[in-house]
Amino acid sequence: MDLHHIFTQFYAVYGSLINFIGINSLLAISLYVTLSAGQLSLGNAAFAGIGGYTAGILTMYLNVPYMVALCAATLMSGAVAVVLGFPVLRLRGVFLAIATLAFGEVVRILAINLQITGGAEGLTPIPNKTQAWMIFTALALVGYFMAVLRRSRIGWSFASIREDETAAKAMGINTTWYKTLAFTIGAMIAGLAGAMSAHLNYIITPGEFGFSAAVQLLIYNIVGGTRIWYGPVLGAALLTALPEILRGIGVSAGPVRMGVNGFILLMVILFLPNGLVSLFSRRKD
Amino acid sequence: MALLEIQNITRMFGGVCALNGVNFSVEQGKIHGLIGPNGAGKTTLLNILSGMTPPTSGNILFSGKNIHMLPACRVASLGMARTFQNIRLFPAMTCIENVIAGQHLIASRPLLPRLLQLPSAWRQDHEYEEDAMATLSRVGLENRAQVRAQSLSYGERRRLEIARALASRPRLLLLDEPVAGMRHGEVSQVAELVRILAGEGMTVFLIEHNMSFVMALCSRITVLNFGQVITTGSPDTVSRHPHVIEAYLGVDKSS
Repeated sequence: MDLHHIFTQFYAVYGSLINFIGINSLLAISLYVTLSAGQLSLGNAAFAGIGGYTAGILTMYLNVPYMVALCAATLMSGAVAVVLGFPVLRLRGVFLAIATLAFGEVVRILAINLQITGGAEGLTPIPNKTQAWMIFTALALVGYFMAVLRRSRIGWSFASIREDETAAKAMGINTTWYKTLAFTIGAMIAGLAGAMSAHLNYIITPGEFGFSAAVQLLIYNIVGGTRIWYGPVLGAALLTALPEILRGIGVSAGPVRMGVNGFILLMVILFLPNGLVSLFSRRKD
Repeated sequence: MALLEIQNITRMFGGVCALNGVNFSVEQGKIHGLIGPNGAGKTTLLNILSGMTPPTSGNILFSGKNIHMLPACRVASLGMARTFQNIRLFPAMTCIENVIAGQHLIASRPLLPRLLQLPSAWRQDHEYEEDAMATLSRVGLENRAQVRAQSLSYGERRRLEIARALASRPRLLLLDEPVAGMRHGEVSQVAELVRILAGEGMTVFLIEHNMSFVMALCSRITVLNFGQVITTGSPDTVSRHPHVIEAYLGVDKSS
């Protein structure tokens, strides 16, 4: 068997898993951006939903080219984030989380009740246009963007706000502007991921982007670590692949698997408070 | 010439009058001290000056510009930097990262050249890093550059906070109890630093309870008690002022 053959077979079996890892990594990074500015948002799943519905509606009803639909979805999520961000980012900590959670519910209920989104059954059939290379190109570009952003004025401002918002203000950082920017960049990445996901699964339903999805993104970040952009990618990859790994070693679906998930989360919080990335970190403190 | 003019500043917290008609000015290039018993309203005044708290009434002129309604980030961008009484560093960052973050107002660090991997971006980074290192050595922390702020000693934290405030090259530096809890040797280091900064033309306005530090360093002192200015003047006149003595030591009832 040649290498190409092995690869094709591997992809035939694990292709959808690999794609999901990519999509979930993008979603995890989207929350990471917001977290890197110290803001806990539970609205990123809803932004993914907005992106997914926007792209789906555009390609299904208006025959818009896929790439254009992706851009439109990204911009749409970003625009909603700007409008939502200015009022809600005045809230701090858990209050912001609650407000963004409420926003997620609004999006979900809208999606259930609107005609154009296909109601509770969801929007289908969305043309299947997303391919693995597109997801991972997007992931690579977003990852590169995050790596570069870190040392820019924006990245330093985000980090300052995360560390101490009052001190950041006193240093001349316009915290409202930078917080909204972090929120918007995060929403745009989520919108892109949602649009790609919709064109991968043929369908998008209101339930996909609810509370559990929002919390899942947070868990990716906690498990992976939020000190550097690839932390959430590690978290997303591990937790997305985990059911498959567990199936491989004979743990059946159901409560046991949920238990193992919870156990891993607990172990990471107890022993790797800075997430999986601290395994690779050279800095010991 | 007055760099900072505080005109009739009043601040109410509910029914409590924290500051009542405060008037004085801070001269350009001078070290100006603000003293007063606990609860006199010193930190409240500093918060109002730096835009953290809006005054209930009154005006603040910073180099002739009215700043009393500006948000903290705008005030800072006019050239005012401050430290905090309860030290607000960025704990997870190293010392040099704290100072680099403090360069926000002077360092543009644009995103586009970085995305395109232009060498100018890295050259710029290098320059700012050297600048940050120089600022660190001003406060004597050059050997601690790669240590996280959270692992510093108390005195080192205070000095790092001053370094971070200096990073944006402010015209006016506000220090809230810069030597509180410091050892004697560290106090004289900070005094020396403040003296050098003033010598370079920076205006320093500081709150401090350490009287020998204030008396030796400041050319003008304002005394605040129960939200009102008792007096403003040179250390000599202030320390002999009967109301100041009364505020600090109480009234001698036997006489």
